Amino acid sequence: MSEPLLVIKDLVIEGFQEENWNEIVKVVSLSLNRGEVLGLIGESGAGKSTIGIAAMGYARPGCRIVSGSINFDGVDMVEASEDQLKKIRGVRVAYVAQSAAASFNPAHRIVRQFVETPVVHKVMGLSQAEQKSKDLFKSLDLPNPDNIGRRFPHQVSGGQLQRAMVAMAMSCDPDLIIFDEPTTALDVTTQIEVLAAIKGAIREHDTAAIYITHDLAVVSQIADRIMVLRYGKEIETGETRQIIENPKENYTQDLLSVRKVHQDKGEIDGMGNDILSVKNITASYGNSFRVLEDVNITVTKGTTVAVVGESGSGKSTTARVITGLLPPEMGEILFHGEPLAPSFKDRPQDQLRRIQMIYQMADVALNPRQKVKDIVGRPLELYFDLKGEAKYARVKELLEKIELGEKYKDRFPSELSGGEKQRVCIARALAAEPELIICDEVTSALDQLVAKGILKLLQDLQNELGVSYLFITHDLATVKAISDEIVVMYQGGVIEQGPRDEILTPPHHDYTDLLLSSVPEMDPDWLDGVLEHRKELEARGVVSLRT
Amino acid sequence: MNPALKALREAPFPAKLGMFVVLSNIFAAVFAPAIAPYSETEIIGDIWEGGFWDSEAPKHSPPALLGTDHLGRDLFTRLIYGARNTIGIAVVTTMLAFAIGISLGFLAATLQGWVDQIVSRTVEVLMAIPTLIFALMVLSVLGTEVYVLIIVIGLLDATRVYRISRAVAMDVEVMEYVEVAKLRGEGLWWVMRHEILPNTLAPLVAEFGLRFCFVFLFIASLSFLGLGLQPPTADWGSMVRENAQGITFGIVIPLLPAGAIALLTVGVNLIVDWLLHKASGIRDLE
Repeated sequence: MSEPLLVIKDLVIEGFQEENWNEIVKVVSLSLNRGEVLGLIGESGAGKSTIGIAAMGYARPGCRIVSGSINFDGVDMVEASEDQLKKIRGVRVAYVAQSAAASFNPAHRIVRQFVETPVVHKVMGLSQAEQKSKDLFKSLDLPNPDNIGRRFPHQVSGGQLQRAMVAMAMSCDPDLIIFDEPTTALDVTTQIEVLAAIKGAIREHDTAAIYITHDLAVVSQIADRIMVLRYGKEIETGETRQIIENPKENYTQDLLSVRKVHQDKGEIDGMGNDILSVKNITASYGNSFRVLEDVNITVTKGTTVAVVGESGSGKSTTARVITGLLPPEMGEILFHGEPLAPSFKDRPQDQLRRIQMIYQMADVALNPRQKVKDIVGRPLELYFDLKGEAKYARVKELLEKIELGEKYKDRFPSELSGGEKQRVCIARALAAEPELIICDEVTSALDQLVAKGILKLLQDLQNELGVSYLFITHDLATVKAISDEIVVMYQGGVIEQGPRDEILTPPHHDYTDLLLSSVPEMDPDWLDGVLEHRKELEARGVVSLRT
Repeated sequence: MNPALKALREAPFPAKLGMFVVLSNIFAAVFAPAIAPYSETEIIGDIWEGGFWDSEAPKHSPPALLGTDHLGRDLFTRLIYGARNTIGIAVVTTMLAFAIGISLGFLAATLQGWVDQIVSRTVEVLMAIPTLIFALMVLSVLGTEVYVLIIVIGLLDATRVYRISRAVAMDVEVMEYVEVAKLRGEGLWWVMRHEILPNTLAPLVAEFGLRFCFVFLFIASLSFLGLGLQPPTADWGSMVRENAQGITFGIVIPLLPAGAIALLTVGVNLIVDWLLHKASGIRDLE
């Protein structure tokens, strides 16, 4: 065996935060052989991206490499001069970022951005680089590889753009590619295509890769070895199969069990009575763009109805129609058998109180200039006319209910973590004592372990208070964990609705089948299996619905 | 320690200099009768006598530090009273402009639709007319009382404030916390006061500083043209005009009130620069 391609030894990186330098990577070592794929996994703040970028000899602004060595094929990347680094970066080490949409310049055609690196580095001439782009687009399964480069970034889909970016990274046949969460921003069904393309391309070119993600199931499809990180420290490293099947550390086991939230359903008074029925709703943005077509959804008391579908399927729009933000063109919404006014402006305050909403991004759902006690206290003041002592007693009670406690009452949202912010949003919704809470992707912006805590909290609250949830999500693992009923949406319509077990057990509707089979499983052989399954679906004309 | 005090202590040197200039101007304005050696209109000697730099100038008691103006009044006294009048009027006018501009801007951003259309188009019509010419016209029709001056300049400047407050409120208005408040059934006033205003404060405060300078210069230039504050009230703009002929005789006196205008403008801008920098810094961290 030859020398390893990349050896990182005792790397320490500090970040500047709150007027202090804090260690964000604490003594991490790793080595990578040629053609090998190493998965870096951990929650946010684990330092995985920082390590990935450091492999290129780069520290983000506000970070600095303090000690340790990074040896890339004989070159010390820490000591190397900018000129030396320039020759290596892009040519021998390439980087693929999470959001291709943000990384491409929208003003130039894809191929023009593709050829830039090889031409600037004088690796090949312009026409040669263009030819190369066609070959790579082809090996990444992009449709119409000869002409797709002529398009602008906004003219291709998100999954295609991500693959174009992988192609760009491979333009100079690098020895190492760093993938930083390349599929996180994509839908499950698209994620598979990108994942399969990446896997195929790096195998074909025998490229080494560092694959950074928070999703163990995804990384297990592609990596030879996995390194688990937490708080900037290595927890364990091992062969993929060993990590998945036989993890040594507790933390790794936790990460593996994240997808299983135990459901314990208590008895709730009046369970089963209809609270909300959405009847034949059709809605459009503007006058022409129809987003919802004849949607019917029923929510009963004390249950969780999950609405699933990929982005653009109309899930969130359904929520906007129910809350009255987007008045429907046709159809009606019944709440306890009584029709709701189409616009929230015409609904009485008591109706507004009984339907609350929790958002995906807790960051923008909380006013940064209000303290927690004012955020949670305001609905109490408005709906129940609570003031002074009585109000604060109730705020305290609510903060305890969401497992934060009184000490949080004087904090501003910026002084809370992502999970804590989401809890405050839940407390604010609960303060109104609602009967229905619409949860719009409430866990998708959170780390897995934090998300698990939030889901558990929501379930406990349901058992205690008998509140119903309309749970909008694209994450089928969440759906499996907490829903009583499932509504599957596709292109603005409801494909099917039914009790969870009925929807999740075969026989499925074809689209449901595609969606369910796309959820990555913790099995290194899963990807190959699912691609087979896809071919079958394609033969029956399901996948070709998609472009 | 109080974060505001801490920020103040850690302010860079130019900002501290600006604060010193502004504070000493405010001090002079507030305590004008106590500091000024003479009264605003008292004639103490010959015209355009030299100040402390001129050893041949006639001696007065108390001394005329900066010499006398074109009517033989003590220039130092006039400058102090001028600070009081000019700054006082500029502050009131700027506040009026902000009260009108912010309310209309927030209203347009929150209600949108036809309210926004009507207000925005009206404001655009007003902005299309050159401010100085418009003010000259209105003031020559309505007369040059102080309150007329304040209302006219306040309204004209409110159009500028309207533009910026509408723009920043639009950004905040699309935030989900505003949506939450609306869905909660909050009234318009509450949403504007509690959700939008606190989140637009940084750019608006910076704008206040800048706007204050513009108003202040505007009053000075109106006075220079004879349509601002009327004699014998001291104000820096008209002092420049009254003493302007002195330039032909090589006398520095007209430059002194002009210098006072420049100094205060620079001082306020130094503070505004710092505030803007701080505001944008906070945004970077978020």
